[in-house]
Amino acid sequence: MEGVRDELVLLAHGGGGKLMRRLIEEVFLEELGGSDLNDSSILDLDGVSGKLAFTTDAFVVDPIFFPGGDIGKLAICGTVNDLAAVGARPLWFSASFIVEEGMRISDLAAIASSMAAVTREVGAKVVAGDTKVVPRGKGGELFISVSGIGVVESEIPISGAGAKVGDLILINGPIGEHGIAVMLARENMGFISEVVSDCAPLWGMVRELIRSGCEVHAMRDPTRGGVAAALNEIAEQSGVCIEIYEGEIPIRPEVLGACELLGIDPLEVANEGKMLVFVPERDLPIALDHIPGGRAIGRVIDGPPGRVYLKTAIGARRIVEMPVGEILPRIC
Amino acid sequence: MMALRGFRDPELASSISKRIWDKVLRPIKIMEVCGTHTMSIARFGIRDLLPPSLTLISGPGCPVCVTSQGDIEAYIGIGSASDNTVLVTFGDMMRVPARGTSLQKERAKGKDIRVVYSPMEALEMAEREPEKRFVFMGIGFETTAPAVAFSIMEAKRRGIGNYMVYSSHKLVPPALLAILSSPDLSIDGFILPGHVSTIIGSDPYGFIPEEYGRAAVIAGFEPVDILMSIEMILDQINSGDRKVEIQYKRVVRPDGNRKAREIMYEVFEVGDASWRGFGVIPRSGLFIKESYSDFDASKAFALSRTEDPPEPKGCSCGDVLRGLILPYECKLFGKACKPESPVGPCMVSSEGSCAAYYKYRVWRE
Amino acid sequence: MCLGIPMRVVDVSGEEVVLEQGGMRIRARTDLIEDPISVGDYLLVHAGFAIQKVDEGEALETLAMLEEMLGTL
Repeated sequence: MEGVRDELVLLAHGGGGKLMRRLIEEVFLEELGGSDLNDSSILDLDGVSGKLAFTTDAFVVDPIFFPGGDIGKLAICGTVNDLAAVGARPLWFSASFIVEEGMRISDLAAIASSMAAVTREVGAKVVAGDTKVVPRGKGGELFISVSGIGVVESEIPISGAGAKVGDLILINGPIGEHGIAVMLARENMGFISEVVSDCAPLWGMVRELIRSGCEVHAMRDPTRGGVAAALNEIAEQSGVCIEIYEGEIPIRPEVLGACELLGIDPLEVANEGKMLVFVPERDLPIALDHIPGGRAIGRVIDGPPGRVYLKTAIGARRIVEMPVGEILPRIC
Repeated sequence: MMALRGFRDPELASSISKRIWDKVLRPIKIMEVCGTHTMSIARFGIRDLLPPSLTLISGPGCPVCVTSQGDIEAYIGIGSASDNTVLVTFGDMMRVPARGTSLQKERAKGKDIRVVYSPMEALEMAEREPEKRFVFMGIGFETTAPAVAFSIMEAKRRGIGNYMVYSSHKLVPPALLAILSSPDLSIDGFILPGHVSTIIGSDPYGFIPEEYGRAAVIAGFEPVDILMSIEMILDQINSGDRKVEIQYKRVVRPDGNRKAREIMYEVFEVGDASWRGFGVIPRSGLFIKESYSDFDASKAFALSRTEDPPEPKGCSCGDVLRGLILPYECKLFGKACKPESPVGPCMVSSEGSCAAYYKYRVWRE
Repeated sequence: MCLGIPMRVVDVSGEEVVLEQGGMRIRARTDLIEDPISVGDYLLVHAGFAIQKVDEGEALETLAMLEEMLGTL
């Protein structure tokens, strides 16, 4: 029997009628759960106490399927990680889909399924959604906007403004994977090897870190703009000076090689499964115990506020600036 | 190759810099010609290791910086010629400002402009989409011109008639000659471009020590390469024995790469070219020969290379490119002119002296 | 003015090679190289083309000379 998944998305699927209802029921509700098709979801705050965290993001990655994930997985992970960065447990998500006419419904279903998998993994629920269809040529195949509500579980507030002089800066693994994976998937450029996106939800790691008693002063997930952007933001918000050490920054050789060949600074490349964590020096051992793959890459030092320094591989010092715009491969 | 890691070794770098401190006996000015050297020096923080009386200045070896506004405008004009013309370029060119616009801005307006890493990608696109015309912007010096030349030869061989190149390729030695001919210059030595020299070898630079009495070393791009080259330049200055030396021996041979040159000159011929910031430098540009005129975009679109408009008021890129001033000595540097809003070509992000200086904030604080 | 990195040849087929460096692989053309190319050679790659063979012997010699001069052996 033919299901809706064998078809292509038509403008009518966004029209609010029978076709749209069928799409929602057989794809979205089927994958993401839920059965109510009300105008709004009622959320039960039973058992939820304390402060709520709220975040929103839109996802427009191209291509929508890439090594290590897809736009749906990215959307949920990104939302989970934004909540985790302030110490919040993810509870409820909304997901709006802007679909380009002609997209395969089976692709849409696969993406919804990815989203469901991560949502389940972190113990949250998708409780609201929307679908619109735009004419062919007016959208990048699929755009997704996700909003997320979480409950803050850390006792001390964690934000970008809490970094203090003397703090050590940790990261949970190698940098630059997501941005390079997506670029190579999109542009090819004769590259053969698969760099895989590090797209992953980080609530589990953050939860363990918070529960361990480790004092966390600041956190940020270095997404667009990479570690360079994230550190500059925290340096600015916290009014501190940061120094990181090139020799300590984990990076896979294939990612470094791709960056060198294309003239890209790995510090500016997006990560989607990484968290920068600022802890006081005395808490380094307990932090490392609770951050799998964790490594100290720098510290907050006395210096001009808002400044980020890098001690290079040859022991000299340079400034890490806020990145500007699009990362483009260079020949020079 | 484990050996290559050694060229990034911090102890070696530190040891060489100590020797450099001992060998700088008076204020010294060294010009590093190549944009990639500018970036390497900034990226590794090499200035941090050098004595203050040793000044490194950047030269015109940045194809993005020296591609004339006239060429960029002509190229953008090609894209407007018809709906089925696709502009293909190296990423470097996308943000270069040319009279109120840039390729990036034109793409935002809806033009089909694509970025590639190799000219062969552009050729493959042309073969896959025969209904469109593909015009590749040929920028770069002798390192890149042979690759572009080859793509044109392949287009001819495979009968891919919808692939064309707009050549804005330039040659390095004539620019160095132009710089040395300038009266108000006090450059003691040159760090010569390692990869251009892979193609042209060391002979073309002979006039630098022989006619102008300056030191010259062809350098690699790793920190140890650059530091070693600086030391070699200082040795030449201190001994009075000036010559062209090759530090980058693992890829630069005295006679370069003959085959690459043959391919380059099979397709291109030398002519006078307009360099942004310099004006016309005689016999410094590469243009597609008559025998390959079918693949010459400037012929296909009947373009005359337009006259270059003056740079925006206050822009000192010309002086920066000629090594007369350092980027932060330009009035607009860091104020009206920043990577996110570049006024002149030297500030286009990831390219050029001003961007490198700004990005890695290389001025005494 | 030219980004190029040395990479090791892992496959040769006609004028195309597969190059490897630290787990990353790319395809490049060898039409600009005169010398014969074999698996295990190192090539300098720029814009999708190999532009010269990298002489490992020279590299090692340069480093050895530096280390000897500077007494960091």
